[in-house]
Amino acid sequence: MSFEYAPAPESRALVTIKPKYGHFIGGKFVAGSKHFPTINPATEEVLSQIALAGKADVDAAVIAARKAYTTIWSKMSGKERGKYLFRIARIMQERAREFAVLETLDNGKPIRESRDTDIPLAAAHFFYHAGWADKLEYAGLGTSPKPLGVAGQIIPWNFPLLMLSWKVAPALAAGNTVVLKPAESTSLTALLFAEVCQQAELPAGVVNIVTGDGSTGALIVNHPGIDKIAFTGSTEVGKIIARAVAPTKKSVTLELGGKAANIVFDDAPIDETVEGIVNGIFFNQGHVCCAGSRLLLQENVAEEVLHKLKKRMEKIRVGDPMDKNTDVGAINSKEQLAKIVELAAVGDLEGAQRWSPKCELPKKGFWFAPTIFTGVTQAHRIAREEIFGPVLSVLTFRTPQEGIEKANNTPFGLSAGIWSEKGSRTLWASQQLRAGVIWANTFNKFDPTSPFGGYKESGWGREGGRHGLAAYLKGVGHE
Amino acid sequence: MSNRIDVKKTYKLYINGAFPRTESGRTYEVKSAKGVFIANPCLASRKDLRDAVVAARAAHIGWNKATAYNRGQILYRIAEMLEGRKAQFVEEIVVSTGTTKVKAEKEVIESVDRLVWYAGWTDKIASLAGSTNPVAGPYYNFTIPESMGVVAAIAPESPSLLGLIDAIAPIIASGNTVIVLASTKFPLSAMTFAEVLATSDLPAGVVNILTGKKEEIAPWMASHMDIDAMDISGVSVKISHELKVAGAENLKRIHSFKGSDPARITTFMEAKTVWHPIGL
Amino acid sequence: MSFYGLVDGTEASLKSYLSNLSGVDQVGADARAAMLATRSIKTSAKRWAIDTAISMVDLTTLEGADTAGKVQALCTKAVRPDPTDSSVPSVGAICVYNDMVHVARKHLDSIGGQHVPVAAVSTAFPSGRASMPVKILDTQDAINAGAQEIDMVIDRGAFLEGRYIDVFNEIVAIKQVCADRAHLKVIFETGELVTYDNVRKASFLAMTAGADFIKTSTGKVAPAATPPVVLVMLEAVRDFYEMTNVRIGVKPAGGIRNTKDAIKQLVLVNETAGPEWLNSKLFRIGASALLNDLLMQRMKLDDGYYASPSYVTMD
Repeated sequence: MSFEYAPAPESRALVTIKPKYGHFIGGKFVAGSKHFPTINPATEEVLSQIALAGKADVDAAVIAARKAYTTIWSKMSGKERGKYLFRIARIMQERAREFAVLETLDNGKPIRESRDTDIPLAAAHFFYHAGWADKLEYAGLGTSPKPLGVAGQIIPWNFPLLMLSWKVAPALAAGNTVVLKPAESTSLTALLFAEVCQQAELPAGVVNIVTGDGSTGALIVNHPGIDKIAFTGSTEVGKIIARAVAPTKKSVTLELGGKAANIVFDDAPIDETVEGIVNGIFFNQGHVCCAGSRLLLQENVAEEVLHKLKKRMEKIRVGDPMDKNTDVGAINSKEQLAKIVELAAVGDLEGAQRWSPKCELPKKGFWFAPTIFTGVTQAHRIAREEIFGPVLSVLTFRTPQEGIEKANNTPFGLSAGIWSEKGSRTLWASQQLRAGVIWANTFNKFDPTSPFGGYKESGWGREGGRHGLAAYLKGVGHE
Repeated sequence: MSNRIDVKKTYKLYINGAFPRTESGRTYEVKSAKGVFIANPCLASRKDLRDAVVAARAAHIGWNKATAYNRGQILYRIAEMLEGRKAQFVEEIVVSTGTTKVKAEKEVIESVDRLVWYAGWTDKIASLAGSTNPVAGPYYNFTIPESMGVVAAIAPESPSLLGLIDAIAPIIASGNTVIVLASTKFPLSAMTFAEVLATSDLPAGVVNILTGKKEEIAPWMASHMDIDAMDISGVSVKISHELKVAGAENLKRIHSFKGSDPARITTFMEAKTVWHPIGL
Repeated sequence: MSFYGLVDGTEASLKSYLSNLSGVDQVGADARAAMLATRSIKTSAKRWAIDTAISMVDLTTLEGADTAGKVQALCTKAVRPDPTDSSVPSVGAICVYNDMVHVARKHLDSIGGQHVPVAAVSTAFPSGRASMPVKILDTQDAINAGAQEIDMVIDRGAFLEGRYIDVFNEIVAIKQVCADRAHLKVIFETGELVTYDNVRKASFLAMTAGADFIKTSTGKVAPAATPPVVLVMLEAVRDFYEMTNVRIGVKPAGGIRNTKDAIKQLVLVNETAGPEWLNSKLFRIGASALLNDLLMQRMKLDDGYYASPSYVTMD
């Protein structure tokens, strides 16, 4: 007798999606001129038409941000700025379910993740940073820290609202105003956030949201009226931005790609480790910059861990993101799916052994079954290049030193995982690893108080915590 | 002008999330600035203090284990509730102290803002008061600040609301629980503030408020062996010396402060330093 | 005695075996249990889960004040939980103190409840503090009176002292008394063992010693059958099956008060040990008040509106 879970869909009635959106500039929703469709990647249904911001729109946004900065925001006390951020946090909590449903429809991630992870963390980021607004002199960044001015912020499609909060909250807390561009395929929660700004009575122009594609992003990066660029996305684009701002006075922070090693020592707590491996690469469909995409198994436990991992993967529920029991949702776009398929095919060509549990994938929409490749070595492309999908490359190591060497043998340096029950070994490994975020006996844990960011080609700067404030204050960090 | 008769409030103590009368049955008379009778607040006894300490100690376990985020949310909620009841507090302050409405409003909104300020500290104190320490050896060494336990506070006579906030919020922000003795002459704000606390999702026993005489209650606080620390900002210098002598019996940490300061939070925290080897 | 070939019966062998088991990360186990608790079980799945849970309930009375009347009333309820609806399945078993076994068996047989087994708690339940001869006699009495299931408690004092071989040998001895007349459940009292590492150790110790079922608690101590504890035990029976091809049952007892709790347990079973365990031969729930909540939830699914305690029987 088997226990079939009946469909348990979250209600779509919670959200009202307009047929067409413009931009949010100077506290008002303004019409866009050109539009492109945004779809639900699980069904390929067109959800709405999103505006493509051109030069005039970006100029207007920067002017509004500058005006707000000069006339209101830079003159306002930290105490009062903070209270706006507290309001925003509270309204996000109130409208949490609405945001979660919208995020799932637009992004393809399971409703359980939007509801239990993305949205609560986003609200928490605002709550945390609200409290910094009037305490900047205590942050260890100078006795009288000053904001930079207008920040141009470009965010990715994998955690749309969460990435927005990671950018907007500290910028505003530090006294800056912002022009933010959400990702092309996931603009809807940013546009709903604009409504929250209105409900919070945030002064006009403090937050401006312009939607569009790469061309819009370039307009922001190159805009002379912007003092600071914050970007989260691919390493490739990050380098383009770094070159573009080099001759300017703009400060810049980048949060880029990764190919994190998830290192399992022979004294790891096996069942929790298997959970951590699954979480590390299949959470959010693997669309995570800090995903544990390289599993490094100590050779003497490799067989046991792989056996348990495969059994565990058979229980992963892939399907309708709006179903509360779904574990892995849709791939965000046709383009991303093509990339994943291509790199997985490379893995086959390189001679690695591919395995997926039996998975019934829906007919419409963009889907990829959770996949592991065993017999991978550092020389394989699938061990070096970021796939950004639910594909795990499995390697082995003999000694702790070898494990660390393999883990560090990458141009990336965003994150790493360590699985061991021995404290000294865990601390030793964390000391050796060249990564900005290290998870021991856990993975993919985020908190507003915990600084996040990478070494080497994974980016510049940190977000969250006291360290994350530096990105938005003058004279600290980057010149 | 109607002939309607007001329903006057009975002012009681606030202990363990409930509003009991003093076990002693005693009250004292509080008159308005104009000399008109306002209320008979409780004259708390040492037994009320004893009960409050039991409640505060029990509440410390859960409050200390709560995340800093959760404590911050609750402190912010207290601010939300206080903001909503501004008018009542303004009226009480005007009637009891005789001050102007403008001054009373200023005190009340400053009290709300003060609560918001402390709410924003809960999840930042550890980053500032804690550290990792570069010891000369293969050890991971870190210092974390921790709440002490049960703190007794004596609020200043005036300002009756803002002084009370400073005697409560920084103490509980870090996870301590508190028993506070309100202003004797102007106790109404404290009693009404207890109602705000009771509607803010604050767990029972985290804050306990007594009204009564400093000379009677303070020495019992100072000698109580299950109170870990005291904030004596509200007592005179002479009495503070006596309290410190009595508090030495269990080495209470006894301090007084002026105004708002993150030191009001960190002074009631201990620093714990941990060593752990780093090696294969 | 072969002990599945995993230990040889000596103290050294047992110690080595237990210390080589993988540890359990408490935070990770709690997180896995919490995630599984978010499963949303509705409509047809919920109906199936409720009926399955009813069939798994070990309807229990273990009070000093138990009388023949009380036990008989419980037995009637066990056979026909809802007198107005014969589609409601009987429960998994009746669980009583050993001097009530004959009362229960006689009454069950007289009302068409021959298919409902009587389980007796044994070995100086709930404390386990008595001499071995007393514990053996306790068990023998219960079986002679008609108990088909024995729920024994382990000696927690011995376990916490590290005398694992004594805990082991007691189980072996009681299993011998049970022989083929009764199945043996071994109660750990996980609230007293405290750590998940201890629960995992106790699970493997009990299974190699011959337990047919491993059980969380006596119901007299809290915390009892918390989801992470049951998760750890389900992982143990799953691993044990891989090693030996033998399926051992799991019984959470205590703290499972309502339908939501019960369904969470079934989800844990489903996604840990697997659907093969989703029947009363391999999974039981020790409870008393739970049954009425299951019935009320069943009524709501059938009627479409919320039920009231007035419409279910007290036992």
